[in-house]
Amino acid sequence: MPAEIGHVALLLALAAACLQSVLPLVGAQRGDARLMAFARPAALAQFALVALAFALLTWCYVVSDFSVANVFQNSHTAKPMLYKVTGVWGNHEGSLLLWVLILALFGAAVAAFGRNLPPPLAARALAVQAMIAAAFLAFMAFTSNPFERLDPVPAEGRDLNPILQDPGLAFHPPFLYLGYVGLSIVFSFAVAALVEGRVDAAWARWVRPWALAAWASLTLGIALGSWWAYYELGWGGWWYWDPVENASFMPWLVGAALLHSAIVAEKRDALKSWTILLAILAFGLSLIGTFLVRSGVLTSVHSFASDPARGAFILAILAVAIGGSLALYAWRAPTLKPGGAFAPMSREGGLVLNNLLLSTACATVFVGTLYPLFLEGLGGAKVSVGAPFFNATFVPLMIPLVAAMAVGPFLAWKRADARAALRRVALPAAAGALAAIACALAAPPAPALAYVGAALAAMLAAATIGEFAARAGTLRRALGLPRAAWGTAIAHLGMAVTVAGVVASAAWQSESIGLMRPGESVSIAGWQVTFRGTELARGANYTARRGLFEARRGEGSALRLSPAKRFYPSTGSTTTEAAIHGSILGDLYVTIADPAEAGPQGANARFLFEAPTDAAWAVRITHNPLVAWIWAGAGLMALGGAVSLTDRRLRVGAPTRRLRTARA
Amino acid sequence: MTRKRRRLQVLLLCMLGLGTAAALTLAAFQDHLVFFHAPSDIAAGKVPRERMLRIGGLVEAGSVQRVPGTTEIRFRVTDLAHAVEVSFSGVLPDLFREGQGVVANGRLGADGTFRASEVLARHDETYMPPEAAEALKRAGHWKPGAAPPGKGKD
Repeated sequence: MPAEIGHVALLLALAAACLQSVLPLVGAQRGDARLMAFARPAALAQFALVALAFALLTWCYVVSDFSVANVFQNSHTAKPMLYKVTGVWGNHEGSLLLWVLILALFGAAVAAFGRNLPPPLAARALAVQAMIAAAFLAFMAFTSNPFERLDPVPAEGRDLNPILQDPGLAFHPPFLYLGYVGLSIVFSFAVAALVEGRVDAAWARWVRPWALAAWASLTLGIALGSWWAYYELGWGGWWYWDPVENASFMPWLVGAALLHSAIVAEKRDALKSWTILLAILAFGLSLIGTFLVRSGVLTSVHSFASDPARGAFILAILAVAIGGSLALYAWRAPTLKPGGAFAPMSREGGLVLNNLLLSTACATVFVGTLYPLFLEGLGGAKVSVGAPFFNATFVPLMIPLVAAMAVGPFLAWKRADARAALRRVALPAAAGALAAIACALAAPPAPALAYVGAALAAMLAAATIGEFAARAGTLRRALGLPRAAWGTAIAHLGMAVTVAGVVASAAWQSESIGLMRPGESVSIAGWQVTFRGTELARGANYTARRGLFEARRGEGSALRLSPAKRFYPSTGSTTTEAAIHGSILGDLYVTIADPAEAGPQGANARFLFEAPTDAAWAVRITHNPLVAWIWAGAGLMALGGAVSLTDRRLRVGAPTRRLRTARA
Repeated sequence: MTRKRRRLQVLLLCMLGLGTAAALTLAAFQDHLVFFHAPSDIAAGKVPRERMLRIGGLVEAGSVQRVPGTTEIRFRVTDLAHAVEVSFSGVLPDLFREGQGVVANGRLGADGTFRASEVLARHDETYMPPEAAEALKRAGHWKPGAAPPGKGKD
């Protein structure tokens, strides 16, 4: 019964969204206040209905109702409760429902908190938001119904892929979707502004909090996914330039550009049509990301089921949303009044450079991700584009970006004194040079790029702190600075921390792969790691072979590390569990592969359980310096976004567009 | 006049940036594009040696061997028409099995052995790497339904 109610709720939500996408738009065009007022209750009702459907699907998972096909395919009675719940979005249909839930949530948030928006703008934005929701609800209703029933009812479910049964991943999709879908609101506002034919500082001020919230969530979502890949996949890498990763990274890059161009639009009334374009592109890339992941068109080691019908449907949504909004942009953008002029050497100029670099970086990622697809579509060779391509294109663009981040905040608005700015970055630049020298003295030799990266990270950190300190003067005054200033400083510092982590873990990683017999030791990056044999262990829904290792640094006491191979009988699959000893300076990362005597079947269940305790095992040990900084920095960036969100300017009385009464 | 000139300056700057990016991208394509080849292509001698490439197919049953005392593993990847000898040193993915789909990046040595630097298998029991499927299709041994659609990480 819950499944039927859920299905009906989805269909009713679709109906609400359809009405909401038409009536308020007509109302705004005709200046009919009653039709415009329809948007708010409709948005709230749509959210309530989707939330009900989501709650019911979750309920089906909690009680293991295998009469629902989706639950049967992705759940199991023996699965821990946390993963029963998070399993709701660990599959195509459920994750789509989460997508729509968040979409409706943002619409409802605008309806509930956007009372100070001019009614026509609110009505149009909500109508555009409802169009997106209607498209995705129809997509679910016609191709991916999460409530489909099975008859006869199976006795036991097929279980969730064990590598997805993990806390890091459980919360990765919700944050990622908050980011993806949060950009939808910015998109809706952009389209509404184009329809209205007016973009001003007030518009930029309304849009910025949504862009900030979306970007901060996206940052967290990407960081969680990367962290999960690092510790769960057992390869010790944190970014693979996999198409699915790139799919989330592209909107992040454009979102970051959007955040900065919106500042110029708000403060200086310039870059307005560019900001609108970025808003369209940011959400367009989110949709492309959804398409890439959902349709299975790209070679990815981790995409959901490929189903041509689904791919075609999303492609249609994509074409209409991106094509339509870009056409509208081409038609309406020339009517937007150009704003304030500025010299190339100014804060605005710096932000333009930031935008240029971020969008070019996004373009290289886009080309690298989609080129294989185009080539194959044209009947060409089958190719793949891997990390070396992105290292050769993306990284060179990040160098000037980080340098510009260090210099930019010192530039004055409108027209800056280049010499004064250069004088102020002299000290941070010296700090950077010092950091590079310190790396050269203390660490083993590395490629020149590593020293450049280390210098840039240190310079950015020093410049950010220096700029903030100069602005604040005293600690007491610092507390009085606008939250936005705090947010900027925290986020830029986060970027410095991430860059430091990326550079150090890439350039100074040490690795040892070899067969180890019990009693044997390996030394790596100052650690002495001894293998003590293996033991069997049992978990809630798996059996594991655990390796016992002792790690010692100098005279210190021994640390115990136990990496494992797990076998999940319900799916018949094996997973690798890395043992990680983390510290602020670096991670010791140990995985066991399989016993040396294992035959052709590799580490399957039999070998896991029958291998003698004194068998030699293939062991991989790496030391990843500063790797935790990557995610700590991402956390700081997200925190900076959140702090900036609490700025008074973005809340109280801010959106009071001078009463030039709406034309419509 | 100043406004126009500034615009021109900004425009030139943009062009410069985009030009650099395009140049970087093209150069990177030249060097880093990895072409996919099926075992039959390699058997036909159509594949350049000592260049990074990607192969795919099935791990031939009974072909996996360990070189004693090392982590080196040798196996054959087949598209059911031809097979190529692969050697890999390191840790194989969890779902690497004989008779299952596999994709490997590496270089073809002078002796015809493919030295893999990276081996990718499925992430899931019901998932076939698209390139492994492609190799079988080209060799005419693809059976639709042999690999039902899978699920994986989002």
